[in-house]
Amino acid sequence: MTRLNLLLLLVLTACALGLVTSQHRARKLFGELEQEQERSRQLGVEYGQLQLEASTWAVHARVERIAGRQLHMRVPDAKRLHIVRPEGAAK
Amino acid sequence: MKFAASPVLALTLPTWRSRFLLFVFIAGFALLLGRAAYLQAMNSDFLQAKGESRYSRVIEIPANRGRILDRNGEALAISTPVKSIWAIPGEARPSRPELERLAALLETSPGEIEKRLADIGRDFVFLKRQVPPEVAERVAALRIPGLFQNREYRRYYPSGEVTAHVLGFTGADDIGQEGIELAFQDGLAGKPGSRRAIKDRLGQTVEDVESIQAAQDGRDLALALDVRIQNLAFSQLRAAVEKHRAKAGGVVVLDVDTGELLALANFPTYNPNNRNRLTGAQLRNRALTDTFEPGSTLKPFTVALALDARRVRPDTVIQTAPGSLSIGAATIRDAHVERALTVAQVIQKSSNIGAARIALTLSPQSMWGMFQSLGFGAAPGLGFPGEAAGKLRPYRSWRPIEQATMSYGHGISVSLVQLARAYSVFARDGELVPLSLLRVDAPPAGQRVMAPATARAVRAMLELAVNRNGTAPRAQIMGYRVAGKTGTAHKQENGAYAAERYVSSFVGLAPASHPRLVIAVMIDEPSDGRYYGGTVAAPVFALVMAGALRVLDVPPDAPMQPIELPPEGEEVKESV
Repeated sequence: MTRLNLLLLLVLTACALGLVTSQHRARKLFGELEQEQERSRQLGVEYGQLQLEASTWAVHARVERIAGRQLHMRVPDAKRLHIVRPEGAAK
Repeated sequence: MKFAASPVLALTLPTWRSRFLLFVFIAGFALLLGRAAYLQAMNSDFLQAKGESRYSRVIEIPANRGRILDRNGEALAISTPVKSIWAIPGEARPSRPELERLAALLETSPGEIEKRLADIGRDFVFLKRQVPPEVAERVAALRIPGLFQNREYRRYYPSGEVTAHVLGFTGADDIGQEGIELAFQDGLAGKPGSRRAIKDRLGQTVEDVESIQAAQDGRDLALALDVRIQNLAFSQLRAAVEKHRAKAGGVVVLDVDTGELLALANFPTYNPNNRNRLTGAQLRNRALTDTFEPGSTLKPFTVALALDARRVRPDTVIQTAPGSLSIGAATIRDAHVERALTVAQVIQKSSNIGAARIALTLSPQSMWGMFQSLGFGAAPGLGFPGEAAGKLRPYRSWRPIEQATMSYGHGISVSLVQLARAYSVFARDGELVPLSLLRVDAPPAGQRVMAPATARAVRAMLELAVNRNGTAPRAQIMGYRVAGKTGTAHKQENGAYAAERYVSSFVGLAPASHPRLVIAVMIDEPSDGRYYGGTVAAPVFALVMAGALRVLDVPPDAPMQPIELPPEGEEVKESV
């Protein structure tokens, strides 16, 4: 009888210690999860800011200015246009 | 002396003393027990809550406002987190150099900050809102006690003034105040969530207890707008308004198949990213919220009604001599006198007398019915804040002269968007298309207003108006057949028509063989001496239409030949 009790006490202690460690691990993992979530939020914010920057660079007025002034591009005039119709298309 | 005989052992205490002691102990225990029972049983809820409040915290989870995108996914409005900097006046006591550095960072004066901090009675005062994160970090690095930061959102509009009127803007709390931002506030706004967590002494979250409400980010909104066309429309409109020293202007580009508004530009405009010194004139989305008397652009509808009712045919001759027509006490005049015009020429040369004579063969009720079925006098139902319905008086109160003037667009008022939509009838062979500010995936069903043959006949007449002998040769585009109609109207002021103030407009569609776009242009009060719709508004139409057709890859339906224009000032003048 005493032996059994001792055995049970041992098991109980082991379980208790196990509970403590798993609780600790859970909290540590949760901390990590928290950090990753924060990071994902941060990245989301950065994505938004980069998108904003991209749109700002791609503003049409700017594209047009660069195309016209720096790259000397312009719309070709009528004499230099040739319309190619796909094979078999009507007229 | 023997130990056993010690007199101390023989000493006996009175029994009451031990009894007394026992009683004191029992009483003590009873007291503790009672207190324990009181706390555990009767006061437990209160205490439990108190205990929880020591470690349990409700954490707010912020939600992003949805982005606004154009039809091709280009971002037009994005929210990004910024900081607001606030202080507790009683606790914030920055030293002089700290104050100066803070003021420099926040771009205000030290005096201004001191003034705000002087109000000790309050325990919350904003020093500055919507501070960029980098600046906020440097403010935090000053480590001034009593100074705190909150996270908030700021909305940025990369395309700035070009899309300002359509998008509107949000206030300091990222809540829509104008335009699309206001109209679709419910969908765009996110719902911030909250969760309960256990925090330790250092403020770090130890354990997530429960999620009270999940954060819900706002939905992205895809507009019908095409930024490339919008930009084109805006820049051409601005150039025209400045060239003709006009008061204002508007351009609407409508996709005929889907009813989508591909562009909606207004001038004057404002920069939504910096809204200091805004005036009401800059803020108004004229194309949607302002109405004007459209003038001759309504003639095609009068003619269409007469064709539909089989009162006339395109080649019926209408007597327009001697250039004036008296109805009651009023007289209608034409700018250039012709002896007689066919119905098609009435449109081509924009004759007021011709339109009035055709109108007088129709009943007021049928004209009113036509205008109403075109959507005049009723808001277009886009959900845009403040969209105008225009004025269409009930036909019972029309006098004959009013019926005649309405045939050429006076005595009735419409918004530019309503006018563009009405022209979709000619583009879609008699069907009126429902409008949409948002991208449409399946083309909506139109609403039949006139017979397909009638719409096609009027479209052919509108093509005549755009050729060399019409009122709008400057609306021609190389490689495409264009159909359209000019409008030039005196502005109404204090109930009378002002002699020297005009609204010039042009509404057209292309390619005429299979219309894809309707574009309406309105220039308000051009004041450089030229005011005819064919000279002021038609060139804007041509430039925007040519660009838009190229952007949309619409195949040309006319030979690629340079267009021929009559010399400046020698076009056919339309009647005003």
